[in-house]
Amino acid sequence: MSAPVILEWAVGIAQILLGLAMCCAAFRVVAGPRAQDRILGLDTLYATAMLMLVTFGIRVGSTLYFEAALVIGLLGFVSTVALAKFLMRGEVIE
Amino acid sequence: MNGILPYPLLSLALLLLWLLLNQSVSPGHLVLGSVLAVLASWAMAALRPEKPRIRRPGAALRLLGMVLADILRSNLAVGRIIVRSREPGVNAGFMTIPLDLRNRHGLAVLAIIITSTPGTIWVNYDAARGTLLLHVLDLVDETVWIRTIKGRYERLLMEIFE
Amino acid sequence: MSAAGDLPAWAALSTAFLVLVGAAVTLIGSLGLLRLGTFYARVHAPTLGTTLGMACILAGSALFFSALQARPVVHEILIAVFVTLTTPVTLMLLVRAALYRDRTEGSREVPAAESVSDLPPPG
Repeated sequence: MSAPVILEWAVGIAQILLGLAMCCAAFRVVAGPRAQDRILGLDTLYATAMLMLVTFGIRVGSTLYFEAALVIGLLGFVSTVALAKFLMRGEVIE
Repeated sequence: MNGILPYPLLSLALLLLWLLLNQSVSPGHLVLGSVLAVLASWAMAALRPEKPRIRRPGAALRLLGMVLADILRSNLAVGRIIVRSREPGVNAGFMTIPLDLRNRHGLAVLAIIITSTPGTIWVNYDAARGTLLLHVLDLVDETVWIRTIKGRYERLLMEIFE
Repeated sequence: MSAAGDLPAWAALSTAFLVLVGAAVTLIGSLGLLRLGTFYARVHAPTLGTTLGMACILAGSALFFSALQARPVVHEILIAVFVTLTTPVTLMLLVRAALYRDRTEGSREVPAAESVSDLPPPG
């Protein structure tokens, strides 16, 4: 096996592992049991999706995925903060 | 320094951010990034935050290295708890630590260090009493955690900021 | 993978190793979300993915593109810095919100509010 083939397999396996990680996070979002568990699951889902996009960039060999990963990270931060604030007060903007 | 560049470190960081985002060091991007960085630092000056004063850059570098090593080590520790332990999370619990650090920037850095190290989370800081409420995943011996946080991080942070 | 054809072998192998380790660490962190029993224990789990997991995958990506384009490609540092600065904020807010909810419900599992400053001001 040559090095590029090994890399291709490694990235494929890494994407499967990240996909499983996203499944675990999604299970937490669906199962709860409380609202804070769901938000924690959503935050993990965002972070893992960001890493998944970086591995897609390696697979395709394009740096375009980097911007998408950055945007996902930003959105994850903002949405988690807004949801945590909502838990605390019952409203987002006060 | 105070007139044109109120926050030289912030401006430098913003310029670096601009160049990294654009993946280029061409003169055009250098000029545009510098203008944006200076404008942003003026906007920051209008907010008048308390200025951080880093006394000892060497200590800051030592702290950075120590934190990176600790993050690696506690990643392994938390991973072992999740995978191996039959009933993971039974030892988790809250604990309180009295802090001597009062500087706001130092406390902010300490909060980031503690929370981004897996296994410990900063929950609440009581400014009136100077106590910190933590949640720890593997709370077997409280004194170990107190020694880690006070001896390793707090001492260096007080050297750097106070 | 058409792009990686002209990559030096050492770069391809180290990228493969870093990406695999990063993905495995992230998966262990997410497994923690399933296995840990209480919310406060579960909060610790995702930090694995956002510290070591992220660092490994981003290092792999930086190494891959630097070798591919034969120039240093380090804009992955931006994601690393950004995530390192924001994850503590979100987790702290989330834990405090959960603590506040548990306290208002009168749960005995959490430490009681010791002083007025522990409680968020009335909104």
